[in-house]
Formats: sequence, C-alpha cells, structure tokens
Amino acid sequence: MTPLLSAQDVRVRYGALTALDGVDLAIHDGQRHALIGPNGAGKTTLLNVIAGATTPQRGAVRLDGRDIGRLGPAARARRGINRIHQRPAVFSTLTATENIVVAALPRVIARRRWWPGERRRAAQHRAGPLLDQMGLADVAAVPAGHLAHGQRRQLEIAMALAGRPRLLLLDEPAAGLSATEVGRLVDLLRALPRAVAVLLVEHRLDLVYALSDTVTVLRDGQTLAAGTPDEIRTSPLVRQAYADGVA
Amino acid sequence: MRDEVIRWARAAVAVLVLAGLVVAPWVVDDYTTAILARTLALALVGVSVALLTGVAGMPTLGQTAPYAAGAYASAVLGSRISDVGVVQVAVAAGAGAVLAALTVPLVVHARGVIILMITLAIGELVVTVLGRWRSVTGGTDGLAGIPAVRPFWGLPALATDQARYLYTLVVVATLVGAVLLLLRTRAGLLLRAGRDDETRLRASGHRVPLQVSGAHVAAGAIAGAAGSLLVVAQQYISPADFGFDTSALLLLGVVIGGTASVGGALVGAALVIAARDWLFGVLPGQAPLVLGALFVATVYLLPSGVTRARGRLRPVTVPPTHQDAPAAREHATVPELRP
Repeated sequence: MTPLLSAQDVRVRYGALTALDGVDLAIHDGQRHALIGPNGAGKTTLLNVIAGATTPQRGAVRLDGRDIGRLGPAARARRGINRIHQRPAVFSTLTATENIVVAALPRVIARRRWWPGERRRAAQHRAGPLLDQMGLADVAAVPAGHLAHGQRRQLEIAMALAGRPRLLLLDEPAAGLSATEVGRLVDLLRALPRAVAVLLVEHRLDLVYALSDTVTVLRDGQTLAAGTPDEIRTSPLVRQAYADGVA
Repeated sequence: MRDEVIRWARAAVAVLVLAGLVVAPWVVDDYTTAILARTLALALVGVSVALLTGVAGMPTLGQTAPYAAGAYASAVLGSRISDVGVVQVAVAAGAGAVLAALTVPLVVHARGVIILMITLAIGELVVTVLGRWRSVTGGTDGLAGIPAVRPFWGLPALATDQARYLYTLVVVATLVGAVLLLLRTRAGLLLRAGRDDETRLRASGHRVPLQVSGAHVAAGAIAGAAGSLLVVAQQYISPADFGFDTSALLLLGVVIGGTASVGGALVGAALVIAARDWLFGVLPGQAPLVLGALFVATVYLLPSGVTRARGRLRPVTVPPTHQDAPAAREHATVPELRP
C-alpha cells in the first residue's frame, strides 16, 4: 500500500555538519508516528524537510506517491501537511478567532466559494467549534499575543486542525506546558480524527508511548531503530542510546 | 461597553474632523486653502505608506516613486488629452500601480533594512529619470501651466483654490474610505497576519508573495492617485516634489501617527507637513532639526503613535482566569525588521 508520506534516503548537511544521512520514513493514513532521539539527532530537521522548510541535498519526499520535493511549505500545507512549531507560532495581534480563520482560509478557498465574504464566513463557522474543543471559547476575542503559553499552543493546534490536515507534524507540543495542560493536550491528540496521521517529535517518552503506534529513533542523523512502542522500549540499542545521555 | 463608547467617540472625532475640513476653506485664506489641498494629497501618500509599513509589515521609503508616476501621468494627460478629474485620477492610479508592479520583483522577497534601501533607491532612481526625461517631464524645471481640472464631464473647471481643495478632499475621503473597507476584508486580515508572522502564514498554506505583491501594487495605485491630486492642488510639478526629504517626511508622519492606523497616517502626515511649512517661516533653516526632535520624542514617548496613545492607557480585556498570561509585545511603531 502506498504510504501517505514517504521520505527516502534523505540527506541534509549544514556545512561540515551532517544533520540527516540516508534517513527513510513512511507514514500511513491515520498512523501515529513518533520521532525520538537526543538533541541534534535530526528530528526537527526531518520535520523541516517534510514541511518544505528545508531542502535536502539528497533524497525524495513523496505524498501519496507523488514527489513533493519541489513544493514550498505553503503548497504542502494546501495538500494537507500542517505543522505545530516548537515555539507556538500564532499571529499575535489577531484575535484567537481571527487566527483560526486565517488558518482555515486556504481550505475554504479551495472549495471555490466565489460570493464576496462567503469564504471568510465559512472559515469563521469553523473557528467556533475548534475554540470550544480547545477550551479557548472565553478568549476568542483576545489577541493571541496576550494569551498564556499553553493557550497559544492550543490555539496553534486549533489552527492546524482548521486547515483539515491529512498529516499533522507536531514538534515538541508539550514543551513549556503545565501538567494540566499536558493532560489536556494528550486528550486532544487522542481525540483527533482517525483519518489524520500524526508525526510527533517529543522528548517526553511517556507521551510518546501514550500517543504513538510506531516509533522511529534517530541518532546523529541516522535511523537507530524503528518499531512499535513496546519494541522500542525493550530495544537494547535504544536503551544504550538513552543510557548515553538521551533526554 | 467601554469599547463601544470608545468606538463612538472615535467616530464622533472623525466626523468633527471631516466637518472641520469641509468648512476650512470658508475660514482660512486662499493661500492656506492651497496648502491644505497639497497637505491632503501628501496625507493620502501617507496612507499608502501606512498600508505597506504598518499593515503589510514592509517599511518603505519609496512611495514617492508611484506618487511621481501618478503626478506626471496626470499632468501630461491634463495638458494634452483630458482635463476630466476622474479620468486623471484613474490614469494616475494606474500609472502608480504599473510602476509598483514593475518593482515587485525587487521588493517581494526583501524585508527589514534591505527593503528600506531598495525602496529608497527606487525613489531616487525615479527622481533622476524625471530630471533627465525633458521631453515628457520638463526636466528639473518641471511642468507648469497645467490646465485646471473639471471633476466630471460637463462640469466647470475648478478655477479657485476653494474648489480645488474641496475636490481634493472628496477624492481623499473616497479613497481613504475604500482603504478602510479593504482592511476589513479577508485581504486586510491576511496582510495583518503576514506582518505578525510570515513563516506561520506560509505554513498555513497562504501564498505570501502574492499578498505582498498585491499590497505593493495597491499602495502604488493610492500613491499614484495622490499624485493626481498634487497636480490639481499646485498646477505645477517638478522632481523636487518627490525627493528623499518627501519620503522621509512621509515615513516620519506615518510613524508619528501610528503605522498600523490609516487615520493615524493621515493625521501624522498632515501634522508633519503642516509643521514643516509652519516652521519654514518661523525658524528658517531649523525645520529639519525640530522635526527630528519631534520624531525622537514621539518614538520615545508614544511608540505606538499619537493616535494610538489611548491604547497605552487601556489594557486589553483578558478574562480573569488568563490574567497571568504574559503580555504581548507592544506593537512596534516600525515593524520588527525581519531577517
């Protein structure tokens, strides 16, 4: 079966530093896939390659079997690859509702609504339920720059969902969240539609094992191991890697 | 409730200012009326600067280029083909838009200090061309004796300073209204989003270069239309009307008024031009020094601009459970210089 997304033999170098070297990855529809590894292993670089923010020197990235290597981040987002950044990236002077409207517009536009204002109204219809789902209804009219860190994280997830993603890239979504907020995040990610595939980069292994059904371990830009959470948890290679100072 | 009161208060102030502008020519002398008309034209260019600098996040020193293109297109058209005002405004706006479109490849990917330098260079280049293309522009002598404009077909020509001022006021009010409406649309929302975080906007699937190009061309059209109004107000133009000092004054005015506010841009540009003209008589040769001091004082004391001073006194209403949220960064007067 053709995977939703595949990365093959990806190599990225920054001068003398090799960030990724011959990495392969395949994600199927609805799969919850986690990427773990020590700092500098290449996790975020691989996310950047998939999102179109970094161009690899070698290798191919395919969506539904089609090469998307030449597409930029915007074109990939329109094809259903949406991303949550390591630091919550929201539009700080826009209200929470407006943030979601902006994120929803490309998908609304794709549905060919020509009547003036219809696109924006359609995007606004999508914002209300998402804000409710994220527990942000009471701050809907507050500029995003005035929200707490955890709220901005939730808002960014709502923005990603507003784009009706097929593949959601999550780069350390729990970073900087309180225990309560992490609990809400886990509930939220578990409640994602099953059709949405997730690629999760996270240092907290309890979250990784709770949320993912496949795990890939990177080290020094190469794939160290891949398998189910149980296989990874018991892998001597991975245990050794973590004993060497991972997370 | 308080927001509602403030909204009504702002609307009332706007109506009062507009009423004051309408009756002004019956209160002041002809010379001041002519100065006011020219100031309105420059304030409209200020609106185009605010659209780029404050709304789209593209600081510019080059809006004098489409302003000049519009002014010369209008002057040549008025002298040789048509003295109808709406035609001249439309052609001038088109000329400004075309010039802006031609420069899109230079500015679409530039940001921060780089875009300031590029737009400054474009402005200076246009002034140089105007000075050398004597057969069309009259060179550094400029174009004089431009016939008085008639607003529409069949109407009499605007023979008095009072009539020319009122025509300028109507066109400026119409175009500012159009800009305010534009900013309430999806396009305005996306421009503000791009100013906040261009990378995020791209990651959401939006075609950022297309939006930036659209804003640049729209701002060029507005500046071009303002050029037509300058011709109406002065009936004479020369490259000196479009030099670097005009660019710098416009940016200064917009910064003083508050870059993200169209009304602020109008007020700021009008204040700066009026201050310059007034200081020119009161303190000969010292006007730039006083304007520089005014700029420093404004940026230091009112970083969001004169018209946004109220915002510094009124906290954003955040529900009680979120009062521990870190405050957003102050809206910078000049947008953050992005790499």
